[in-house]
Amino acid sequence: MSASAPPFLSTKRAPIRVSGPRVIRNPVWVRWLFMTLALLFVGCFLVLPLAAVFTEALRKGFGPFFAAFTDPDMLSALRLTLLTAAIAVPANLVFGVAAAWCIAKFDFRGKSLLITLIDLPFAVSPVISGLIYVLVFGLQGWLGPYLGAGDHPWFGEWLNAQDIRIIFAVPGIVLATIFVTFPFVARELIPLMQAQGNDEEYAALTLGATGWQTFWRVTVPNIRWGLFYGVILCNARAMGEFGAVSVVSGHIRGVTNTMPLHIEILYNEYNFVAAFAVSSLLALLALVTLLLKTLVEWRAQKGLT
Amino acid sequence: MSIAAISLPRFSRRVLPGFGLSLGFTLAYLGLIVLIPLGAAFIKAAGLSWADFLTAVASPRVLASYRVSFGISLLAALVNGVFGGILAWVLVRYTFPGRRVVDALVDLPFALPTAVAGIALAAIYSKNGWAGQWLEPLWVGTVHRLAGWIPWVDWQGWLGKTIAFDRAGIFLALTFVGLPFVVRTLQPVLAELEPELEEAAATLGANRWQTMTRVILPELMPALITGFALAFARALGEYGSVVFIAGNMPMHSEITPLLIITKLEQYDYRGATAIAVVMLVTSFVLLLLINLLQKWSRRYYRV
Repeated sequence: MSASAPPFLSTKRAPIRVSGPRVIRNPVWVRWLFMTLALLFVGCFLVLPLAAVFTEALRKGFGPFFAAFTDPDMLSALRLTLLTAAIAVPANLVFGVAAAWCIAKFDFRGKSLLITLIDLPFAVSPVISGLIYVLVFGLQGWLGPYLGAGDHPWFGEWLNAQDIRIIFAVPGIVLATIFVTFPFVARELIPLMQAQGNDEEYAALTLGATGWQTFWRVTVPNIRWGLFYGVILCNARAMGEFGAVSVVSGHIRGVTNTMPLHIEILYNEYNFVAAFAVSSLLALLALVTLLLKTLVEWRAQKGLT
Repeated sequence: MSIAAISLPRFSRRVLPGFGLSLGFTLAYLGLIVLIPLGAAFIKAAGLSWADFLTAVASPRVLASYRVSFGISLLAALVNGVFGGILAWVLVRYTFPGRRVVDALVDLPFALPTAVAGIALAAIYSKNGWAGQWLEPLWVGTVHRLAGWIPWVDWQGWLGKTIAFDRAGIFLALTFVGLPFVVRTLQPVLAELEPELEEAAATLGANRWQTMTRVILPELMPALITGFALAFARALGEYGSVVFIAGNMPMHSEITPLLIITKLEQYDYRGATAIAVVMLVTSFVLLLLINLLQKWSRRYYRV
């Protein structure tokens, strides 16, 4: 973007000073060196992989590409991925709003500890995120004996009759996904609501609004962009999670395979075109996420200035 | 775990409603989804005898996986520190066509599913790939030449035979997943760096090199180290992108998260849990360090 870009395109983080006083400019060759290195880095690690996904998917033309999407296993993987995101994202959305409300609007002891604990899932390896649910719900785990047959035959039989299984089944996949996407919405909302303060809510209450009215009519409109931002990031991760889901899924084709797991199966069967075709759908989702994210950032900065 | 540490509020003095409801829901959800399952890993590991625990976490294959995971994660984070730093500088200071697109693309490793990244990198850097067909002969040649010059080092053991499906592939995947961290922690700090600082240095007779290394770099250090630590922590736990490009040879190119999965698939739940606890403690220590770093840098930048 040139320096004469319209004001709504200017970001707060970029006061560009190429044309500053000469003493604080780097020599031309340094500038070129930095630009070349930076763009080479971006090219090798970001542009090439992205381009490779789409070219590999279309390597044999559009026929095999679209054929990959008519495979019933692929369709069931797509359905499961959508279902997982449809449960995990709203769950973490409600949690994020509740957590941000109590952390940003009130003071209590242990608040910084609570914030750290909310961030915890980001520090945990995806593989371990899956493992801990296997430990709780798996057959060798705490609740496992009650969920399978084994030591408690009639109880297990009852559960089996109700068809309740958690690990190597859909509930485990949903739980693991909720775990890995746990902090996204809360993390976006907490700093935003802390910065906004309580004044508008106080005003609403003084004017006679109830608590819920204040929340829906004052707080929610104020945080809607942050909320949207958190939700799209949460959604991208929920649909793309691989490690955690891989541990709890059991890889039953057509039943407990999400799209990323389906990609792995296709790839290991040397069905590269199909693997990259499914990948291109997820890559498209990633691109849309980045686009929306950039738009929200522009919008937020426009609102600030 | 530490739920008891959070004191209950004095409701009467709060003007806004909903404190009890929101805090109660937050703690219950946090406990059920995060704390109890995480606690399960520690309790399961505590059920092991000390000797069993040690054999599980310190067998030669596990130790080899730590070396691979920690070593390559460190290397990837260092490369991200250098190139991420340059990229952040270029994005903040220079204008060029497509700057905004590059800026948005930096977040790609957050948004692109790791499995997709893994197979894409494997396709590019394998022997027949776009970059691999040029780089692989170069890489193999370099390793051979190094072995000729300094024969007493096991170059092939250290650097591997190929790029994709070997150690270099792990490095590529881990660099990819850690890429946004350094750039995103550095960008706001760079943007707020006052030009007066550089002007003052210039007025006092510093040349541009001195200003860059003695004025700007120290100013960026806390953010740079934070970004480095974040990239390192992320790389340590990464699984999805690595398995497709690592070759996954035991004792050579097997990362620790993969070893956990291998143990699980062999129904060795205790072994898997013991290694997981080692990884968890490592990442919690890293998280603590990162928090301290951020506190330090916040204080540093306010002054």
